[in-house]
Amino acid sequence: MLAKRIVPCLDVKDGRTVKGVNFVELRDAGDPVELGKLYSEQGADELVFLDITATKEKRKTLADLADKVAHHLNIPFTIGGGISSVGDVDVLLQNGADKVSVNSSAVKRPALLEELSYRFGSQCIVAAIDARYDQGEWIVHVAGGSVPTDRELFSWAREVQERGAGEILFTSMDHDGTKQGFAIEALSRLSDMLDIPIIASGGAGTMEHFAEVFTSGKADAGLAASIFHFHEISIPDLKNYLRARDIPVR
Amino acid sequence: MSVVVIDYNAGNTRSVFYALQRFGVDAEFTGDPDRIRQAGKVIFPGVGEANTTMYFLRSRGLDQLIPALTQPVLGICLGMQLMCAWSEENDTECMGIFDAKVKRFRPDKGQKVPHMGWNTIYDLDQAMFAAEIEEKHVYFVHSYCVEKTPYTSATCNYISPFSAAMHRDNFYATQFHPEKSGPVGASILKKFLSL
Repeated sequence: MLAKRIVPCLDVKDGRTVKGVNFVELRDAGDPVELGKLYSEQGADELVFLDITATKEKRKTLADLADKVAHHLNIPFTIGGGISSVGDVDVLLQNGADKVSVNSSAVKRPALLEELSYRFGSQCIVAAIDARYDQGEWIVHVAGGSVPTDRELFSWAREVQERGAGEILFTSMDHDGTKQGFAIEALSRLSDMLDIPIIASGGAGTMEHFAEVFTSGKADAGLAASIFHFHEISIPDLKNYLRARDIPVR
Repeated sequence: MSVVVIDYNAGNTRSVFYALQRFGVDAEFTGDPDRIRQAGKVIFPGVGEANTTMYFLRSRGLDQLIPALTQPVLGICLGMQLMCAWSEENDTECMGIFDAKVKRFRPDKGQKVPHMGWNTIYDLDQAMFAAEIEEKHVYFVHSYCVEKTPYTSATCNYISPFSAAMHRDNFYATQFHPEKSGPVGASILKKFLSL
């Protein structure tokens, strides 16, 4: 049976992890490869590296990261952050990334999704969507959640599927950082209306939240950052917890 | 023993090359026909679209060269699909090493397409898999799959049972990515290298 995926997310700036991760096991917790490897050994099913570098050297920094991760990890990984062209994606896939995630650039120019899926195949194109619930509507935001757009979550999600995205990474900005649980209703609606897998992001605080997102939330994967980085939940414990509740995990 | 990983226009051909490096096998990454013919083992990886990839293989004569190889050959993911007779993906005639058809998954009862993530494999052919791999999870990412055939050497059930791996004579293939399947995948690759 297809397992539900547990996906730690690492924020990376100038080739270093940020958000003050604190790992006694690691010689260098700022090294995204070392941290990724530790998660992989603990049973993470996949990793997301989100680059927040804002310099001209960005493309090279990202390519170097992809190359290092691909050398050392034997699980799949996604790289995202400021990817906006076929050329950007080509460099990352050539350097060993399994998937890339696009966000603002797809909202700005939706045809990018068609170009990418035609050239590289849907399976490696993840559409990341950040949205906030406002006056009865989920409003899509860009630029790291700082700028609202005139797009609504569900119509945009349908559009990214039609344009060739192979997966959606949905972050609820209302839930992100709260540790009060995922945006279950929105996630379950996305899953019901779409044929592509959904990665849930934003709100994970307890193991129960993961059980909830995989059952009533109908998500295919659950993503989290700080609860893993700060040892609040260990991946082996989480997997055992889910297994005991008959949720298929690896 | 020399190992060649076929370098062609498909995506992510490098991952398997890195996987081999991780366990100390210094493979050669090349599209050169002579080097491929002379290799002790050949790995034919790839993700991408069937039609453009077959077009590229034909333009290099690799569509004739690969089926004529006599050393152990391992196709991975799109590599396995191109070793079949035909793919529904843009109505593509493939290499025909396995007399089988590649068809698109139809989404069903909340089961999404692409089939993406870790799934279990069973009914394993001992020539290709150690017994302890039975019911273990491996990593899949694909929208097209090969029906069950007499060459099926591992089965996976997603929407319906399909070929997770195939074997005929010196030709071996996996729909899943052993190079991305953690320690289980590494042991499958090592078993191939020890053939």
